Amino acid sequence: MTRKLLTGNGAAAWGARLARIDYLPAFPITPQTEIIETLSNWIEGRELECRMVTMESEHSMLTAAGAAAVTGVRVFTATSSQGLLYATEMLYTVAGWRVPLVMVNVSRGLSSPITLEPDHNDVLAMRDCGFLQLHCATCQEVLDNLLIAYRLAEHPTVRLPVLVNLDGFYLSFTREPVLIPTQAEVDRFLPPFNPGSIRFRGGEPLSEGVAVLEGAAYSYFRYEAHLASLQGIRVYEELGQEFAGLFGRSYTALECYKSEDAEIVFVMIGSFATKAKEAVDRLREAGKKVGLVRPRLVRPFPAAALRGALAGKKGVAVIDQNLSPGKGGILHGELASALYGMAEAPPVLASFVGGLGGRDISSEEFFEIHKAVQRAVSEGVNPSPRLLYTEEELRGVRTMQSVARAADTKQGGGA
Amino acid sequence: MSETHYHHLRDLPSRHILGTGTPMCAGCGGLATLHQVYDLMGEKCVIVNGASCLTLLSVYPYTPFRGSWLYTAMACAPAGAQGVRDGLDILKKKGRISEAEDLEVVVLTGDGSAYGMGLSATSGAMDRNLDFLYLCYDNEGYGNTGQQFSPATPHAAHTATSKGPKGYPGYKKDLFGIWAAHQPSYVATVVAAEPLDLARKIERARSLTGPRLILALAPCPTGWDYEPSATVEIGKLAVQTGIWPLKEYVDGRVVHTKIPHPRLKVEEYLKAQGRFRHLFAPRENREMIAEIQAGVDRYWQQVEQEQEQPRS
Ligand code: SF4
Repeated sequence: MTRKLLTGNGAAAWGARLARIDYLPAFPITPQTEIIETLSNWIEGRELECRMVTMESEHSMLTAAGAAAVTGVRVFTATSSQGLLYATEMLYTVAGWRVPLVMVNVSRGLSSPITLEPDHNDVLAMRDCGFLQLHCATCQEVLDNLLIAYRLAEHPTVRLPVLVNLDGFYLSFTREPVLIPTQAEVDRFLPPFNPGSIRFRGGEPLSEGVAVLEGAAYSYFRYEAHLASLQGIRVYEELGQEFAGLFGRSYTALECYKSEDAEIVFVMIGSFATKAKEAVDRLREAGKKVGLVRPRLVRPFPAAALRGALAGKKGVAVIDQNLSPGKGGILHGELASALYGMAEAPPVLASFVGGLGGRDISSEEFFEIHKAVQRAVSEGVNPSPRLLYTEEELRGVRTMQSVARAADTKQGGGA
Repeated sequence: MSETHYHHLRDLPSRHILGTGTPMCAGCGGLATLHQVYDLMGEKCVIVNGASCLTLLSVYPYTPFRGSWLYTAMACAPAGAQGVRDGLDILKKKGRISEAEDLEVVVLTGDGSAYGMGLSATSGAMDRNLDFLYLCYDNEGYGNTGQQFSPATPHAAHTATSKGPKGYPGYKKDLFGIWAAHQPSYVATVVAAEPLDLARKIERARSLTGPRLILALAPCPTGWDYEPSATVEIGKLAVQTGIWPLKEYVDGRVVHTKIPHPRLKVEEYLKAQGRFRHLFAPRENREMIAEIQAGVDRYWQQVEQEQEQPRS
C-alpha cells in the first residue's frame, strides 16, 4: 500500500488500473478527460495491459463498451454531462443486456446554459436507466468504490452495469491523500471476471438484445432487472464488509454522520456532503443536535436503511444539487416516497435546492437551513421548498444583465 | 475478378442455414439477400444489427440464426461491431479463447441506418480500420415504419411521406462513394437477383480484412408496391436498366462487375413498381422520366470514359 496525493480523476484511473480492466472505449469530455489520459499513458508505458479505443461519440462508446462486455472482457469507461446524455439510449440498452461494465461519471451541469461546473442533473437523468449508481464524496472513496463496483456488477445475482459518480472540479480536480492498495491485495478482493454462459464464442450461439412482441415478455425482463438491482443493496453491504476486512475501510449504503442522536438531519449525496459535515460539527459545537445522512447507493435506492436512519427524527432537510423544473429537488421526492406511511416518519421533510452549476453552498446557508427546519419543527408545518440564492448573487446577475443591455444598445440594437 | 469458386449457379451453397417462418413480408428482397449471405458465411459469426425490418427476425424466444446475434440501436451497429471485435481480439491475445472460438463480425442494417443515422458510427469504424463486414439491405426508405422516404430513396419515388405528383424531391445518396472516400478494404454493390455476382463479392470481401461494405439493393414489395413474386424480376431490371450498377471498390479502384449491354430504358424498371405509377398515369410525365434516364446515361458515360482513359 502506498499513500499518494491524487485527484478524484486520478483515483478513478487507479481504481480502473487495479481492477485490471481489459478494454477502455473512450471519448474526451471535460471534466472527465484526465481519467482516460492517465489510463492511456499507462497503456502506452505497458503498465496496464488494456486496449483503449477512442470512439467518435459517447453513444458509440457505450455501445462498444456493452458489446465488448458480452464477449466476457472487463470493461471500463468514463464520461460527463452532455456525453452521458448523448449516450442515454445505450445506457438503457446495455443495462438490458445485463452486462457488468463499470462507468465513471464526473458530474457536470447540463446545457443550456452550457457550463463546465458540477451539479447532479446529469447523473440523476440516468436514474431510471438500470445502471446501479454509487456516489462518492472523497477521492479515496472513488478508488475503493471502483473496485467494489466491479464485484457488485459481476455478482451473479446482480449482473448489471454500475455507474460510479464523482463531482466535477470539487472532486475530479481536487488532490487528496489516497491510499493505493497493491495489485496483490486487490487481486485477493477482485478475481478475474467470469461471464458464465452469457458470452459470444464460436460454437456457442447466443442472441442478445432480441425483440419481444408483448407486454408479458417485456415486463418479465424489466422486472428481472429491477429485482436484480434491488439485490444490489444487500450485495453492496456484504462487499463493504469484506472490503473492510481486507483494507480497513468500510463502506455501507448510507454514510451516517452524527445522525444517531440527532433531531435534525441533512440528507445529501456527493462531495458537497463534506461541507454539510463541517456545518454539522459547528452546529454541534453550538449545542445543536444535528447530523448528516449521505446515501452512497442511489440506485438501488436504500429505502429501508433510510427509514431506519431517519425514524424518530424531528426534521429532515434534503439538499438537492439538481433541479427538476416544475417539480423541484429529485432526491426530496425519492425520500418522501421512502418515508411515507412510516410510523415514526419525521414530521418535517424540507426541500432545499442549491449548488447548481458549481455554485457553492456556504456554511451560513447550512446554518440557515438548520434554522428553517428547526422553526418548521416548532411550528409543526412543513416549509415550502427553497431555492438557495443570495441577494449578492442576484445583484451580480443584474449587473451582467445591464452590461449585456449596454453592449446591445452600443452595437446599434435600437437602430 | 480473379480467382473464384463460383462459376455456375450449382457452385452456390446447397445447405440453407437461415431458418424459415420469419415475420418478413413475402418476397422481401432484404431477406433474400440475407439468406444468400448467411449461407455463404456460415454460422461462425455474430450479426450486429441496427433497427430495421430484419430486427424482427429474432423475436424472443425464437431466432432463425444458428450463430450469434446482437441488436444494438439504429445509430450504432458499427460501434457494437467494434466492441465485439475488440473483445474477441483481447481474449485471443490474452490466451483466454482459442482461434476456433473466434467469430466473424457482421453488421446488418437497412438503409435508414446505413445512409443516415448510423453514418457517424460507420465513418468512425472506418477511421479505426475496424475488421468487419457491413451488410446493408437498401430498400430505399424507412420500410419498417411504412416506407417513408430516407436518404436512400430515389428521385421521384412515392413514399408515405412523398405522395405528391412529383414524389420524392431529393436524390439517392451515394453511399458507395462515401465509403470509397474513406479508402476501406472493400466496397461492393449487389442484388439478390444476381446470386453469382453476390457470391463472388462475399468471397472477395471475406478474403480481406478491415472495413468492408456489401450494399444490396433490396426490392421491397410492400414499400415499392408490386407483387411479391416480381422481386427477382425487379432486381434484374435494376441492373439491366443501369439504375443499380454492380461494382466493387478494391485497392483504390472501382470496377464494374456487370455492364448492362444493351441497357434497357429506365421505364422498364419504373413501370413495374407502384411507387413510380404517377410517372405514367393519369398521364405520362415525360420530363421526369427523361430526367431519370439522363441521370443513368450520364453515369454510364462517365464509366465508359474512365475505362477508355489509360491508367497511369
Ligand atoms: S417492408 Fe420491405 S424490406 Fe421490410 S420486410 Fe417487408 S418487404 Fe422486406
